[in-house]
Amino acid sequence: MSEVIKIRRGLDIKLKGKADKIFIKAPRSKTYSVKPVDFQSLTPKIVAKPCVEVKVGSTLFYDKYHPEIKYVSPVSGIVQKIVRGDRRRIIAIVVEDDGKDTAETFKKGDPTKMSREEIVENLLESGLWPMIKKRPYGVVASPTDKPKGIFISGFDSSPLAPDYDYIMKDTEKEFQAGIDALARLTEGKIHLGLDASYPAAKSYEIAKNVERHYFKGPHPVGNVGIQIHKLSPMNKGEIAWTIKPLDVVTIGRLFMTGKYDPSTIVSLCGSEVVKPVYYKLIRGAEVETIVRDNLKQENVRMISGNVLTGRKISMEGHIGYSDTQVTVIPEGDYYEMFGWITPGLKKFSMSRSFLSWLMPNKEYKLDTNLHGGERAYVFTHEYNKVLPMDIHAVALIKSILVEDIDKMEQLGIYEVIEEDLALCEFVCTSKTPVQKILRDGLTMLRKELE
Amino acid sequence: MLVNALRRYIDKIKPNVEKGGKFHFLKSTFEGFETFLFVPNTVTTSGAHIRDANDMKRAMILVVMAMIPALLFGMWNTGYQHFFAQGIEAGFWETFWFGFLRVFPIIVVSYVTGLGIEFVFAQIRGHEINEGFLVSGMLIPLVMPVDVPLWMVAVATAFAVIIGKEVFGGSGMNILNPALTARAFLFFAYPTWMSGDKVWVAGLANGMETVDGYSGATILGQAAQNKDTLVNGLGEPYSAWDMFLGTIPGSIGETSTIAILLGAIFLIFVGVGSWKVILSVFAGGAAMGLLLNAFGGNALLDMPFWQHLIVGGFAFGAVFMATDPVSAAQTEKGKWIYGFLIGILAVLIRVFNPGYPEGMMLAILLMNVFAPLIDHYVLEANIRKRLKRAKVQA
Repeated sequence: MSEVIKIRRGLDIKLKGKADKIFIKAPRSKTYSVKPVDFQSLTPKIVAKPCVEVKVGSTLFYDKYHPEIKYVSPVSGIVQKIVRGDRRRIIAIVVEDDGKDTAETFKKGDPTKMSREEIVENLLESGLWPMIKKRPYGVVASPTDKPKGIFISGFDSSPLAPDYDYIMKDTEKEFQAGIDALARLTEGKIHLGLDASYPAAKSYEIAKNVERHYFKGPHPVGNVGIQIHKLSPMNKGEIAWTIKPLDVVTIGRLFMTGKYDPSTIVSLCGSEVVKPVYYKLIRGAEVETIVRDNLKQENVRMISGNVLTGRKISMEGHIGYSDTQVTVIPEGDYYEMFGWITPGLKKFSMSRSFLSWLMPNKEYKLDTNLHGGERAYVFTHEYNKVLPMDIHAVALIKSILVEDIDKMEQLGIYEVIEEDLALCEFVCTSKTPVQKILRDGLTMLRKELE
Repeated sequence: MLVNALRRYIDKIKPNVEKGGKFHFLKSTFEGFETFLFVPNTVTTSGAHIRDANDMKRAMILVVMAMIPALLFGMWNTGYQHFFAQGIEAGFWETFWFGFLRVFPIIVVSYVTGLGIEFVFAQIRGHEINEGFLVSGMLIPLVMPVDVPLWMVAVATAFAVIIGKEVFGGSGMNILNPALTARAFLFFAYPTWMSGDKVWVAGLANGMETVDGYSGATILGQAAQNKDTLVNGLGEPYSAWDMFLGTIPGSIGETSTIAILLGAIFLIFVGVGSWKVILSVFAGGAAMGLLLNAFGGNALLDMPFWQHLIVGGFAFGAVFMATDPVSAAQTEKGKWIYGFLIGILAVLIRVFNPGYPEGMMLAILLMNVFAPLIDHYVLEANIRKRLKRAKVQA
């Protein structure tokens, strides 16, 4: 093992309800959906109107500003409806599954023998391109970008995260094919971040064409943004691409079979789940298929993703495109008498404000209560404790609040997206909505520059 | 159950203060009391779905708890100094009770005045009540001489809350530490009540009879008059232990270094106070003291460097005032610089400006003003580092 990059600042939030390492093949759900909201700042243009018949890999919609980037159906069947939210914003396109899995065919072959253009075109046509995201901004990459490298975090350190060494089992060939395809897309290297605390999955160990880096420490050590910061921090004007390991596998399968294989693995976890296990299912499945008769109570928050960055979904909702976990925790809509003065044995805090520090290994059942009201900034040392980057987060957030674009750039906004500052939001005594403010800042910046 | 009944009652009267209700003008006040009784049922709507259990109320209450040792000792010492001046032997509880009766009204006046103004401002702005004054309201009595008239406490508190805090936008926006603003206001507006050798012992300012030859001068006051041996009211020399324990005249909460250190340990342990600031203030004071000792020449210059740290308001300022996160430097590197400079300045002012034997207050207020500048340079360094990195790569 090469040099280990150690990270000290951060916070592991130990929650109840970690998924047991058991694979269950989820039953097929009636409908599947692709949600434009899963892709940051995307303006969709609908192609497949309701009642249109689609195959696996048929285009459902494309990016209004990049018409070449297509988003495709994960199943064959009929477009059932287009769900719209406020101001007719498109939330989801729902496809009714016919169970036949008739599929569009795409180019098949050894990516090492293909040109960059061929690979790009195959990814665009098959609808897999949106799996590649870019820094800065955390939006879908543009095919014309010249990234300095492609960064993949091989593990996830967020609360109740799935064990990647487990879900990457038996994917050696597919992962390698995916890496080979990606390698043609950049003149830089492919960096693979691995957890130094555990032996890596075989897919990672034997992968060629990648540079392996080992990391150790508390969350957010598994965030690709933190890894980029340690390996090659983002400067103004630079672009880096990122992609999740399971998406690399899907890309690999495309080149091996010539088909879009939308199957993926999701861990169902959280304190309100009766049997937390791993599920094999198709991207965009109804969450109901895995939580039916599997919840301890009704008043819960269902999150597609983890508790820090995931998206709230309803019981009828669908699992997000690239999400690898569904977390179910209790809602916190209750009043607590004198809650601010109780000893707090069941309360979790980074500080030792509550007696729960007596039990460092306790697993907590945390709910969605905000635990207090929003205030002006008072404490200034908290963000620094959970952000292992050379960035002054409080100053950065303040620069966004006053809309000072120059200051944002200078203070390093290019290096972060929401997930990197999610812990700052978690620990904030003033309950500042850090992730939302940061996204506002990134949007502001992008409008200014693009 | 009582709790549920109370909750139901609150829910019943709540519509009256909502928009359109009869008592809408009391919304902030109502919310202030409601959130005091119950942590609200608000759930997360954006970003992280779970949040740290710590909130502003909890954090502020912890700071108040950290002050309790200094407060209790202050009450006892008030009684002790009083009876000592009169040459009366008094039991522990009698001593404490006397002090309690003198100190408690000051606390009440401070809280009632300050919170009253906070409520009014929150109401005008339509904001929630800020918890910041929970701490300031306790700090103000602890930095007052015990004989200060109550109306002065009220005036000073009003000044501190309005001019020191609310005009800038309330808790979190202020530049100066509100409690020190209150003290500085009195110090310059009514100097006879804030300095000299009559105000530090209960009753002395009102012409209380004392034993023959008694003097109520503080240690720094004596040193400023270039007295070689520092003595108590009856002319017996003070030991270092007296200074550390705090059986000396001074502001109500500032005398006992050991009680203050207990508070410091608590603050650092729960993660509310910055150990960087506390440590660097002491380091700065010790460094300056050592430097001045090397020159020597008069009582203040010759005062051993460690004595500076345990007399007067040094320890209290370092632990409870300099650490105020709003008025201190906000960057971690900045905190080291900020604290160190406070230590240096406090000793410097004590020694070279005998008009102000207590340099701590002025040192902290001065550095409060400079804290944004320190932060500016720390941030500039970070920005330059980032630019340099970009150039190297380009």
